[in-house]
Parts: sequence; C-alpha cells; structure tokens
Amino acid sequence: MTRRLTGFPASFQRGFRRSVHRAVAAGLLAAALAIPGTAALVAAPAMAQETPVRGGVLNSIVQPEPPTLMLGLNQQGPTQTVAGKIYQGLLTYDQKLNPMPSLAESWTVSPDGLTYTFKLFPNVKWHDGQPFTAKDVVFSTSKFLMEVHPRARAVFSRCESITALDDHTVEFKLKEPFPAFIQAFEVSSAPIVPAHIYEGTDYRANPANNTPIGTGPFKLKEWVKGSHIQLVRNEEYYKKDLPYLDGITFRVIPDAASRSLALESGQVQQTQYSDLEPFEVPRMKALPNLTLTTAGYEFVAPLSWLEINHRVKPLGDKRFRKAIAYAIDRKFIRDKIWFGLGRVPTGPINSVVKFYDPKVTTYEPNLDKAKALLDEMGLKPDGKGVRATVKLMPMPYGETWTRLGEYLKQALGKVGIAVVLESTDAAGWAQRVSNWDYEITTNFLYQYGDPALGVARTYISSNIRKGVLFTNTMGYSNPKVDELFAHAAQEIDPAKRQADYSEVQRILSDDLPVVWLLEMEFPTFLDKRVRNANTTAIGVNDTYESVWLAK
Amino acid sequence: MLGFAHLFASRLVKAVAILIAIVVMNFFLVHAAPGDPAMVMAGEAGAADERFVAQLREQFGLDRPLYEQLGTYVGKIAQGDLGFSYRQQRPVWDILAERLPATLVLTLTAFVLALALGVALGTLAAVTVGTWADSAITVVALLAYATPIYWIGLMLSLLFSIQLGWLPAFGYETIGAGYTGLAHAADVAAHLILPVITLALFYMASYARLTRASMLEVRGLDFIKTAKAKGLSQSRIVTRHVLRNAILPVITVAGIQAGQLVGGSILIETVFAWPGIGRLAFEAVLQRDYQVLLGIFLVTSIMVILFNILTDILYGLVDPRIQVSQ
Repeated sequence: MTRRLTGFPASFQRGFRRSVHRAVAAGLLAAALAIPGTAALVAAPAMAQETPVRGGVLNSIVQPEPPTLMLGLNQQGPTQTVAGKIYQGLLTYDQKLNPMPSLAESWTVSPDGLTYTFKLFPNVKWHDGQPFTAKDVVFSTSKFLMEVHPRARAVFSRCESITALDDHTVEFKLKEPFPAFIQAFEVSSAPIVPAHIYEGTDYRANPANNTPIGTGPFKLKEWVKGSHIQLVRNEEYYKKDLPYLDGITFRVIPDAASRSLALESGQVQQTQYSDLEPFEVPRMKALPNLTLTTAGYEFVAPLSWLEINHRVKPLGDKRFRKAIAYAIDRKFIRDKIWFGLGRVPTGPINSVVKFYDPKVTTYEPNLDKAKALLDEMGLKPDGKGVRATVKLMPMPYGETWTRLGEYLKQALGKVGIAVVLESTDAAGWAQRVSNWDYEITTNFLYQYGDPALGVARTYISSNIRKGVLFTNTMGYSNPKVDELFAHAAQEIDPAKRQADYSEVQRILSDDLPVVWLLEMEFPTFLDKRVRNANTTAIGVNDTYESVWLAK
Repeated sequence: MLGFAHLFASRLVKAVAILIAIVVMNFFLVHAAPGDPAMVMAGEAGAADERFVAQLREQFGLDRPLYEQLGTYVGKIAQGDLGFSYRQQRPVWDILAERLPATLVLTLTAFVLALALGVALGTLAAVTVGTWADSAITVVALLAYATPIYWIGLMLSLLFSIQLGWLPAFGYETIGAGYTGLAHAADVAAHLILPVITLALFYMASYARLTRASMLEVRGLDFIKTAKAKGLSQSRIVTRHVLRNAILPVITVAGIQAGQLVGGSILIETVFAWPGIGRLAFEAVLQRDYQVLLGIFLVTSIMVILFNILTDILYGLVDPRIQVSQ
C-alpha cells in the first residue's frame, strides 16, 4: 500500500509580501490583485508555439483505489489526483508556491494581515447546473470543512468571521495574523463543496457522496470499483473552450510490476507519486516515448526521517540519536535505495519550502564520531560488539521502505547498535506509532508549503497527542522551539519570520529529535504527447483544464 | 435416492451450525488485528486530530463495546444483511454482487479448463508411461506446478501483451469502448485469456500429476487383468475401468479447490488488475474494512460447504460402492 498525503502549500511568503505591498499602495479592496486566470497564463510557456488540440482521452493510474471521490471527506493521495479534476479550491499555486487563481479570480490581504478578501469568478456552475456563489465558499469553509477536515479545521478555526460580501466576494477575518493562511486554499486543503447539496444534511452519510458534484473541468461519468474511474469533459466549464481533453480515465492496477507494464506498453500515459517502485524508474526513464519529471510536488514537499521514541532508553539521549545520524550514509540511501530520487536533507524544513536555512549542524557519515558518542554515553561493546539493541519498524508502504530498513540494520550494526526489524501492516503501524508503542520507525510527512502548516506539528510539545497520527509522537519537548514556532506563525514581517525559523532549524539540527533521511521526490512519467501537464505545485492533482494530447 | 436426500438434509443442518461458528470466530479474528479502519483512514489522510478519528469510529459504530457490535452483526446476518462497508459506504451485498461475477467467470473457466486438460494429460501420460510423451507431460506439469503463479502471469503478459501485442495485459474489458452483446463478450473473453491460462496452468499441473499417479496404481490391479483377459478394447479399459476407479482422488482434490474458487485467485487478480473478490478481500484486510471481510468469509465458507456436499454426492455417483453414512 502506498500512502499519499496532502497538505497546504507554503510559499505564501512571497505572495503575501506582494499582496501586502499592493494593498498598501492602492488601498484595500480596490487593490485586489487581479491575476487573470485564463488558460493562456496557466499553460506552460514552453509549449506556446504549439496550438492546443481539442479531444482525446488521457489514461492514467489510480492506486490504491480511493474509498470515495468526495474530496471534502477524504484527502488520500489518489482521491486528490482524481477529485482534483472534479472539485476546485479558491487558489492553486505555482511551482514556487505563489498563489494563483482557481475559483478565485483575485484576492487582497489587508496590511495588518487580518483580512483576506477573495473575488470569485462569475458564471461558474456546479456540475448539476446550479450557480456557484460566495455562499458555497462560506458554507464550505465555515461549516462543512470545519466538521470533517482536520487540516482545514486547524486553519479555519483561526477565523473570527467568514462572510459573503456579495455573490462573488468572500471575506475572511482572522483572530490573529497568520501569514500561512494564503497557502490554505489549495483544492485538497479547502475543496469548495456545493451548499445546495450538503447544507443541513449529515455530510458523511449524504447519498450525493457517490456522485460528486464539483465545479471542475471534468465530471465523473463512471466508476467501476476495482477497475477504473472515467471522467468526461464538463461542457459547461466556465473557462471558454476548456478543457481540451474529452476525458481522463484512471485505471486501478494493484500490482506494481503490472503498473510498469501498463506504462511501458502505452496503455497509460501518466504515472505519479508511488505508482512505480523507485527501482523501476531508471528503466522507464530510458524509454523514448516517456518523459520523467519530479516537479509538481512542491506543495507536498515530503521529508522522510527516522521517527524515534524518546521515552525509550537510550533513545531519549541526543548523543545516541547523533550517533545514529553519523552511522548512516544518506547519500547512499538516496542513490541506492531511491535510485537518485530526492535530496539529502539538512534539517526539519524541506529545501524547496520557504524559510529553509542550510546553515545548521549537519551529519556526514563518520563511524568514529558515532562510536565516540556511544562511548561517551557509557555504551561499551559486549562480547559480540553490541552496544545497544533497538527495534526498528519500517513503515509498511512499499518495498522501498523495507529495503531502507535492511540498510539501516546493516549501517547501525557497524557502530554496535543491533537492530531488530519489526514488520506490520498499515493499520498496525498507524495504531502503534500514534500510541507511542514503537522504538524507531521510518515516516514521511508533507510540509504544505509553509513551516507553520506542515513542519511545526512534528516538533511542538502542544502536539504531543496520544492516539493521533502525524503528531509529535517522539515526545520531544523544548520550550524555546515551541516559542519560536508560535511566534513565527503570527509574524507578518517576513524577515522576522525567517529569523525565527532559522533559529529553530539550528536548535532542531542539534537536538535531533528525529534523524532526517531524505527530501523525497516522486517521479511523474508522462507520455511525450501529453502537453501542459504538471504546471503547478500540486502537479498531477491540479484540474488539467489546459492539458492536451498531441496527435 | 433417499440416501442422498437424507445426506443432504443432515449436512445442511450441520452446515448452518458450522456457519454460525465461522461468523463468530471470524468476527473476533478480524477485530484481533491491531488498528481499525478509522486509524487506516487517518494514516492515508496525512493529517489527523482526535475528532477526526472519533467521528469515524462513531460513524462506523466502532465506539460500541465489542460484544454489542457482535450482537448487531449476527442479528443483521440472520436477516440476510451483510452490513455496510466502512470505506465505500455501500451495503456489502452490493459490493460482493458487483465483484463476484468477475471472479466466478475467471475461476470457473480456469477450473473447468484445468480439470479437463489435467485429467486428459494425466491419462495420456499414464497410458504412454515411460515414453517421450509421458516425460514431456510430467516435466511440463512439474514446471507449471513449481513456478510461482504471479511470475508466470507477468511473463505471459510480457510476451503476449508487450512483445507481441496480441492480448490486453490487464483489466476486465476495454474501458470506454461501449461494446454490447457479442462484441462485449468477445472483449471480455480476450481479457480473460491470460489470467485464465495462468490460473489454469497451476491447477492443471496438479490434476495431471494426480491422475497419472492414480491411474498407474489402478492399472496394476487384478480386475484390470480380468478386463484384458475378457478381450475388452484398450480404450474401453482405460475409460471405463482404469479412469473411473482412478478418478476418486482427483475429485477429492477438485472438490477442495472448487471451494476456494471465490477467494483463491488473489494473486491473479492483482497481477492482471482483475476486479474480483480476491483482491477485495486482500484490500479489506489491509484497510480493516471488517464488514466486507466478514461478508467475503461468509460467502467463501458457504462455497466450501456446498462443494463438500457436492463432492460427497459425486463420490456416490462415480463409485456406487461408497455408502452414504448417516
């Protein structure tokens, strides 16, 4: 099983700064920065010389099969890839994580950072023909998502009020400044759902969940469970002449080797995320009809690490964690286990996310340093050369993680740390990690474009919550770190935010609450005839309104 | 005939008792696995809070004590209701009804093909024992029996779909083609060929080996000598005397395998992306979709019981000496 997570984009910073400047310069609402959301802009400039052709069906893979396509209720990775064509958010983001129009045509941020005003596209219709208005946005963000969507709940609970100023204008007033707010409107973070279908109903039990009604360029035509999901063009789409494609078909192919065959034989023209095992990537890359890109994952910006339970001795001692870091060759992991996909990390923030700072304590492979640290702790080798025994439970999300577990066992064994590998499945893993019933595990989290949205949650002590996944399961607690993250989240001056985040990165890289392993990159393979795909920070999860197939 | 009626009735009574025991045991078995569907869904979402998991558990009824959940479940089963899938939010009956035809068309075709070919090849090998034909059949059967089934599947797919381009590599039908009637049947049949061959090869090998061994054993018995002495033709001796007596072990094995028709094709369904019930079961385990899993267990249990009864009846038909014990 592959896990695909989602999140908030974070390159809010630049967009925010720009918004503030304009708002200051031209007065609040009047200065709404109007970025026209036309197809021409969305289309990649490199393809500008070619005229898009209408027609054709794009075939791709959906794996694992999503439980539902109602994106408000389920934000599993495959759900996003499919439902991102059906539903839309107010914004999408370019690959530098700057906000771009989606359902919102333009937006402004007040200089005090408390009021966000969005102007919606006129003439947008739901797939059932009803008009889309500000009422839908207010309902989605203040009621629907607050009830069912954990990430959206955390963001929109910061709102003092959410108001429809008129049919096409929505105003969000925050209780306190939260500059990451502008990163929170991507389609999976805040999908806009139809108020006329959901208002006053039991959201999870609504029969309409099986027939998703969105505003996007594609509509659900047919979903044969276990076989395929077929989307067809929304003829009423509000952008003239879009989308180009007649439809998109997602095939459910559970076996990794069969997925490679499907791509190789041309039966699908696109694969994404973990569809292919990393060891297949070099072979596929060599095929003449395919292009490989790792762009389009900037919004999720996954970072993987060794998650370490500080409650278990001697894992609570940072010298032990440093010894682990020195014993591991992370370049080897990147090159030999992920076959070159990814970057060696330096600290808690992925280098494609804003506020990343490389000036931190780093750990090059050095067995002597590792042994010296263990000696210093008094962990001397016994007759078999074993200084300590730890249990490692690799995450059950594909063969690559198992291989990583085997490598770690070898690498740590060299400095006298004996590793007992534990195996489990996804449900067991979630249960044990969230209840702190583990010693060391591998994990990866998405960063959602802003440290306030995707990074702080792992390290702040207020997020030590038993039974909840993707929290501070290590039990790491440092008041200074808490304070810096809290302050940075509310600071609207980007320079001051940077200072906070730089300091927190330096502290964390020395405390080493987790051992960062890899800034992961996912491979997207596209048939060379597929044009204009993968132009935003959410890549394959975007609407595909301007994607077309060359003859 | 009265014997059969008796047998059938008493077997049915036992079957119901067994089924109840199976339902209860399975219920505890699936709940014994660590984690629950709410946890799995939280894990997939990539973000969670207390409320998210609590809401799901409440919606699924997992916040109730286990015995209460069991009571609810057994009560529903008694009314013929298999419950509701947590993930798909649809009745389990609907999901099973949707997946069963795909699995049955695959496994039944493979089963019939394997049985016919296996018995034929086994007979041929036994008749020609010691010749090149026998050796060839034995080697092929051994290979097919020993090679991992998913590997054969991938290799066939590589050869016939990727290299030669003759057959579709996976799936149940051509998506979006909108075929009806005969065209649709032909389309499904084309998709069926590779998975059926892959699955049938394995079973065929076991039937062939079994038939051959059993026939060789029967061939040396006295009554065969008598038949020969009577001057019966070779073909009549083989079909009427040797095969009929040698077929009993094959029926036994076939009966057991027939019971597994519903659940036994997980690997094939996975490799060929066949939307069947084996895969549904596998995914339900990983996702802790308890009700779906229990529903599949129930259906497969019923299949096993039915085929066992059928096998017993067949015994009596093939060999009238076998008495029905009360």
